[in-house]
Amino acid sequence: MSIKTRTNYLHIVISILLAMLAILFVAPIIIVFMNSFKSKLFISSEPFAFPTSETFTGYANYVEGARKINFFKAFGYSLFITTFSVTAVVGTTSMLAWYITRVKSLFTTFTYYLLVFSMIVPFQMVMFTMSKIANILHLDNPVGVIVLYVGFGAGLGSFMFSGFIKTIPLSLEEAALIDGATPPQTFFLVVLPMLKPTAITIAILNAMWIWNDYLLPYLTIGTEYKTIPVAIQYLRGGYGAVDMGAMMAMLVLAMLPIIIFYLFTQRYIIEGVVAGAVKG
Amino acid sequence: MDKTLRRWAPLFVLPALICFIIAFLVPMIMGLVLSFFKFSTVTDGVFVGWSNYKRIFTDMDFVTSLWMNVRFTVVTVISINILAFFLALLLTQGVKGTNVYRTIFFMPNLIGGIVLGWIWLLIINGILLPKNATIITDAKYGFWGLVALANWQNIGYMMVIYIAGIQTINRDLIEAAQIDGANSWIRLKSVILPSVMPAITICTFLTLTSGFKIFDQNLALTAGNPARQTEMLALNIYNTFYTRTNFEGVGQAKAVLFTILVAIIALTQLAATRQKEVEA
Repeated sequence: MSIKTRTNYLHIVISILLAMLAILFVAPIIIVFMNSFKSKLFISSEPFAFPTSETFTGYANYVEGARKINFFKAFGYSLFITTFSVTAVVGTTSMLAWYITRVKSLFTTFTYYLLVFSMIVPFQMVMFTMSKIANILHLDNPVGVIVLYVGFGAGLGSFMFSGFIKTIPLSLEEAALIDGATPPQTFFLVVLPMLKPTAITIAILNAMWIWNDYLLPYLTIGTEYKTIPVAIQYLRGGYGAVDMGAMMAMLVLAMLPIIIFYLFTQRYIIEGVVAGAVKG
Repeated sequence: MDKTLRRWAPLFVLPALICFIIAFLVPMIMGLVLSFFKFSTVTDGVFVGWSNYKRIFTDMDFVTSLWMNVRFTVVTVISINILAFFLALLLTQGVKGTNVYRTIFFMPNLIGGIVLGWIWLLIINGILLPKNATIITDAKYGFWGLVALANWQNIGYMMVIYIAGIQTINRDLIEAAQIDGANSWIRLKSVILPSVMPAITICTFLTLTSGFKIFDQNLALTAGNPARQTEMLALNIYNTFYTRTNFEGVGQAKAVLFTILVAIIALTQLAATRQKEVEA
């Protein structure tokens, strides 16, 4: 057998294997989707069966679930908090990173190491004291939470921006300053445009984190303003009595926007995540 | 440049730094101090020395959850990395539809921990249905449920990092080995594996830290049931703080130990990466 036909056979085997694995990977999502149209009794008794005329309930689970947890309000909070937090993280950390990379002093070195250190510390270390402080400072609302996210996002953002800024030659910025530009003009007109690829990576990583985050919004604003993860966990209710019908429908509504967004931007997301993992 | 920039320090530094101080630095220091205090809010502390740390070990719950977490992390680090590397190999053979498969395998990584937990609750309970059991019937069901979930979530993420690693290998090198008569096992062992060592280091540490930090998935899938046997460290700390009275100090002391554990892993990674750079 020649190398070419052998490669062809190998490709067929790999293709079949990949197709089977792909089905296995999407199966959980399909199963949830299927069950979201079944009445709750049949979700627990025959979870892997397709809906039949007997078990099919149309949009009833969606209507019930959206009413129970106020899904569209939760969607609004999640969207608001994620959008503004990500913008604020990218904006403020790029500025901070430029300063601490270009100005060499004890203060900037110390700040840099403190920021890097904060990336290691698990959330449980600060969750109790942080939520109390947020409460005292009246940050326990959707706008105040942005301050908290900037604080927690500052480590990774500054670290990655700083890593990139180190590779930019100083001469460009110096030329701008000699030509009479002020530091803010230099930053916004010369430096910031060059930071675009890193900014996209940081925005993606932060958006994934903040959109899916549960504990921080639960502890700080969870009783009044429920984001999507908080609202979904709220369906669990008291003693284990979970309405699985409403749950399935809400899981679909929670996943749908992310999956649609992902299908259009998957190249950037995957590249961003790889860049983040390799540099962070 | 240094001097002109210094005058603008408040503008560049303060926005991110103030958020960082409020959300992280102050809560972190307060948390460390309060681990030596008895308190229920952050302002009513009474100094108790090492008592909180001693009280951690009067109950076995922390040690039990540490052991559960170690087993979970060992199993997931190995399984995720082997499967992810295997998928990365399949996807770098130039088979048709590679991009589509990559998109599918990565997708679960975008779904938040709470949603993931509920998806897998449906799946695991469905699988256990013929046995007349649910995920909380036996701790081993919860354990393997969490392992399955973590694999589904992280395989695609690690896979894209391995793909990036494999793609940096010079194609000529592999072809040269092929012409020299090296079979696929030798090519894997002597050409591919050494070249992806940096990716292996990154992925090992990413799965290691995420294994220890796991919280949302644990809360939504098993909530530690049955009888707290599937409760891992982060959830154990959370429960100590919020479900027991007069245990805030103990929770904070546990959080300090947890932070030290995660920091040791991170520092080991740093040392390992540094060493690689020296060798290269």
